[in-house]
Amino acid sequence: MTLKRIGTQTVKLENPPSIISTASIVGPKEGEGPLKEYFDMILEDDLWGQESWEKCESKLQEEAVKMALTNAELTESDINYLFSGDLLNQIISSSYCARQLSMPYFGLYGACSTMAQSLSLGAMTIDGGFADYVACVTSSHFSSAERQFRYPLEFGNQRPFSSQWTITGSGAAIVSSTGNGPFVTYVTTGKVIDAGIKDVNNMGAAMAPAAVDTISNHFKDTGYTPDDYDLIITGDLGFVGKDITSDLLKQEGYDISEVFNDSGIKIFAHKEQDTHAGGSGCGCSAVVFAGYVYKELLKGSLNKVLLISTGALHSPISTQQGESIPGIAHAVTISNSKE
Amino acid sequence: MDRLNKKEYEKYAEKKIPTPTYFKNIFWAFVVGGGICVLGQFIRNWLFSRGLNEKQVAAGTSIMLVFIGAFLTGIGVYDRLGKVAGAGSIVPITGFANSIVSPAMEFKREGYVFGVAARMFTIAGPVLVYGIGSSILVGIIYLLFGGGK
Repeated sequence: MTLKRIGTQTVKLENPPSIISTASIVGPKEGEGPLKEYFDMILEDDLWGQESWEKCESKLQEEAVKMALTNAELTESDINYLFSGDLLNQIISSSYCARQLSMPYFGLYGACSTMAQSLSLGAMTIDGGFADYVACVTSSHFSSAERQFRYPLEFGNQRPFSSQWTITGSGAAIVSSTGNGPFVTYVTTGKVIDAGIKDVNNMGAAMAPAAVDTISNHFKDTGYTPDDYDLIITGDLGFVGKDITSDLLKQEGYDISEVFNDSGIKIFAHKEQDTHAGGSGCGCSAVVFAGYVYKELLKGSLNKVLLISTGALHSPISTQQGESIPGIAHAVTISNSKE
Repeated sequence: MDRLNKKEYEKYAEKKIPTPTYFKNIFWAFVVGGGICVLGQFIRNWLFSRGLNEKQVAAGTSIMLVFIGAFLTGIGVYDRLGKVAGAGSIVPITGFANSIVSPAMEFKREGYVFGVAARMFTIAGPVLVYGIGSSILVGIIYLLFGGGK
């Protein structure tokens, strides 16, 4: 007896929960980018007084949640669930953050799709009547990700043009059963799609088919068309992935090019900042959502946004064993009206 | 997305990658790589002038270039050089020093045993294993068939 499910992959929330506040904290490089005005806090250095980058990443999450709570005039004890995840092994940034916050905690791993994943689960938990307030947060850190997935920072190699730059930053959102919006109205959960790409320097191409699958199924399930949205924004496809997604969606019969953008492209001035294909990481869609998208929704310059966070579900071990990179994309509709 | 042909997609995706700036890369690899070799030659000539013999000069030159590579890694310069020079700064012995010092620095926070010492050879390790391994193999072949004594 599923009352709220429509189509194959989508949930229409009956009483759309409201995102009552967000917070975004970014590193120095992101703070020099074109979206700097939108971020709540910009770090002066990427350690933030901590002994390690991992500790810094955990602090990013913790402070983002606290900042979002302050913005919503709530305290830690008001939060019924904390949904969070990150890129590091055993999601230590999230768990060590949750250690500091006294909240019932669900740790998530969706690679860079975590922001939409946590918003999906948070919104469904509220609409199901299981919570009044939930916190959704995710983070990434350039230096902690580089050492886990790639090379030491001081190693003198060249980055290919298809490679992306992991965002240092954390974005948090407080979702509530009451409030004046913006509202989470639809949740489309992605399937794992593996297009057979093995090049870890081309994540955009690995994730694009998953984004295409989720976006086209979202349209099929909801009956929406690209014209219904002011903005369709993916997480971290970068230039290569965005281009492919646009192409493949046209083949599926959806031309989204008018309203399509990507967080990884928006966050950096890629030529001046030398970020090649764009930004990536859990923090990418998190800070662009919590900073840019949310604030534009509040202003009313955007009224309906489809946020699709995209993730590459590989690990350094699977890559070394010659496995291809599976992609995932989760979508949430965020709208100023409940419809 | 069920209709996706993986082989066709891979080809298609490769075409979407911007082509590397080959000429620029080759030029800078030549300039920087050549520059490092010229520096080596200066050191060599200088050591000869100090009265060292061939064996001592070879060892001395390597030692000094390794030091320079390690030092520039330590002060955060070598990665910037590598970004521009590519193979030009990876192939010379200074690049070898960089590949050992950079993980040693990176993993200092994991401690001196499991961090620095254990991770130091993550990049250079394979080069050492197959370099030394193949030299032994060639040595055996030389011993058996090359009239080695």
